[in-house]
Amino acid sequence: MTPLLEARSVVKHFPVRRGLFGGPQKAVRAVDDVSFVIEPGTTVGLVGESGCGKTTTAKMVLLLEKPTAGEILFEGESLAALDAEGLRRYRHSVQAVFQDPYASLNPRMRVGSIIAEPLVTNERLSRAEVAARLRKVLDLVSLPARAAELFPHEFSGGQRQRIAIARALTLSPRLIVLDEPVSALDVSIRAQILNLLKDLQRELGLAYLFIAHDLAAVAHMSHVIAVMYLGRVVECGVAKTVATQPRHPYTKALFAAALPSHPDDSRDDIVLAGDVPSPLDPPSGCRFHTRCPQVMPRCSTDEPKLGTVDGREVACHLFDPATMVSGAGR
Amino acid sequence: MNQGSAPLLEVRGLTTHYVSARGTRVTRAVQDVSFTLRDGETLGIVGESGSGKSTLALSLLRLLPPGARIVGGGVRFEGEDLLAKSEGEMRRIRGKRIAMILQDPMASLNPLFTVGDQVAEPLRVHEGKSRRGAWERARDLLGAVRISAPNMRVRNYPHELSGGMRQRIVGAIAISCGPRVLIADEPTTSLDVTIQAQYLSLLRELQRAQHLAMIFITHNLGIVARMCDAVAVMYAGRIVEAGPVRQIFSAPRHPYTRALIESIPRLGESNGRLTAIEGQPPDPASLPGGCAFHPRCPVRLEKCVTEPPHDSVVGAGHRTACWLSG
Repeated sequence: MTPLLEARSVVKHFPVRRGLFGGPQKAVRAVDDVSFVIEPGTTVGLVGESGCGKTTTAKMVLLLEKPTAGEILFEGESLAALDAEGLRRYRHSVQAVFQDPYASLNPRMRVGSIIAEPLVTNERLSRAEVAARLRKVLDLVSLPARAAELFPHEFSGGQRQRIAIARALTLSPRLIVLDEPVSALDVSIRAQILNLLKDLQRELGLAYLFIAHDLAAVAHMSHVIAVMYLGRVVECGVAKTVATQPRHPYTKALFAAALPSHPDDSRDDIVLAGDVPSPLDPPSGCRFHTRCPQVMPRCSTDEPKLGTVDGREVACHLFDPATMVSGAGR
Repeated sequence: MNQGSAPLLEVRGLTTHYVSARGTRVTRAVQDVSFTLRDGETLGIVGESGSGKSTLALSLLRLLPPGARIVGGGVRFEGEDLLAKSEGEMRRIRGKRIAMILQDPMASLNPLFTVGDQVAEPLRVHEGKSRRGAWERARDLLGAVRISAPNMRVRNYPHELSGGMRQRIVGAIAISCGPRVLIADEPTTSLDVTIQAQYLSLLRELQRAQHLAMIFITHNLGIVARMCDAVAVMYAGRIVEAGPVRQIFSAPRHPYTRALIESIPRLGESNGRLTAIEGQPPDPASLPGGCAFHPRCPVRLEKCVTEPPHDSVVGAGHRTACWLSG
């Protein structure tokens, strides 16, 4: 089966303007050689800390940024090769929901117009057809029909996020990019929205690219998790496997740092030293070597490649056959 | 918790209202809140936005914005009534005896002064240290909050530091005068996961080294689970349940607490549905009558709509305001 979306060695560098005295041209290496596959009807979760490139990856999927190298394929076709008609169809099929429902909804438009706008701009439909579609998506996100007459400020954060989801649904997309969809919401509301997203996935066969820093939420929502660090995928595999038995030292530290759900939850206390280095000047070799608790001499010179370890992909020298012999892998 | 020793901080029936400019609209932000904090203890105050948790923190230090007024109750700190103190006396307590860490370190630090100046300031004000002496101490404090190369960093401005480092500077300022109580209002919300873990373990270390009592104001139950001995859950300005942290997580008695705990996805558990709380938190300016949680409560009784429940004791140090337990 062709995957719905496939990223193949995608790279995005942002050139930085030279200072007053020139100097070598530098670039922020936001995304560096990232590959992943989204199957129809499934969720891929991207996790990592600020600056790891997860939002840039999402922007490339949404055609808001052009990859510097590599390609993104949708149903087997490269996005770079799509003609105007192909791009139009792609934009129909891929929609987005962002973090802040206070910023993503136009305060001067009625909710009905906000939700119907993609339809009006993309399709030639009669007013009655638009109204019918509007009623249908409002119903899908459990908002009352009269919501269409109101303005965004008349809604709470959770309801606004429902409006944003409804807008994403109007064109019957195949894939929705969810960039931190619940982090701006109150704790008691988050579960409502996560449940709604899961229900919609089951009913409509949607695929999601789910980006969040809340690891438990990502693990809960995703079928596959890709962990990113400074523009690279360091570990990628089935969500449950990655979340419960992480192998890469960064993934281990990340999940160890996730907050417990009960005071008796005992977790290995791995506290990473230092901050995430600047993507402008990422460390040589393995980008994680400056903070890695299990660093080896070769880590600062050789860049590890993704390889299969215990049923998932890991980019770490600890799992090289050469190193494994000495038993340092576990 | 450990009965016997007199509480360090004792809050009884504290009530804080915001009154609109014309005096027509009253927002009951904090309503009849009571708790005690003992030496070295960590208390978590959990609630969603609008639950009154931040107003409560500001009330303790009497740092309320204009329009907000403490209209009832008392705050006793080391046996003294804080609400009866003059503004001058309060100034000598804030930052010296009771310190505070806020959410956004960039907003807490002055961008025009070096880090050293800002860490030295409370030492000069409260302890009358010389400029030189205060700077010496500032260097030590930067070391204490695990900032590498403190000799160099004291001369940095806040914008030259990362978010995690800035928040550690705020921590250094907070502990500079050896306070007894540290109030932390969402101290790690703006930090990344691994930086948050660093900061929380730093706070733990500082607490042990200085024998601090801490109040953690947060919306995140995970932080409470990791850091706190006791927890008070706030909803619509009131504490709806309070008690030892293990007991609250293992056997919550208030339907709101139970729902909050169940609504959070857990790592490594099956991908079933989460328990959602229907509806949304109420507007603090127009609270529902009776128990404020009744419109969202899955197990409400008839009585809940009309009569507000009172506190009932349901275990050792464990109380809840719910008719089901009362």
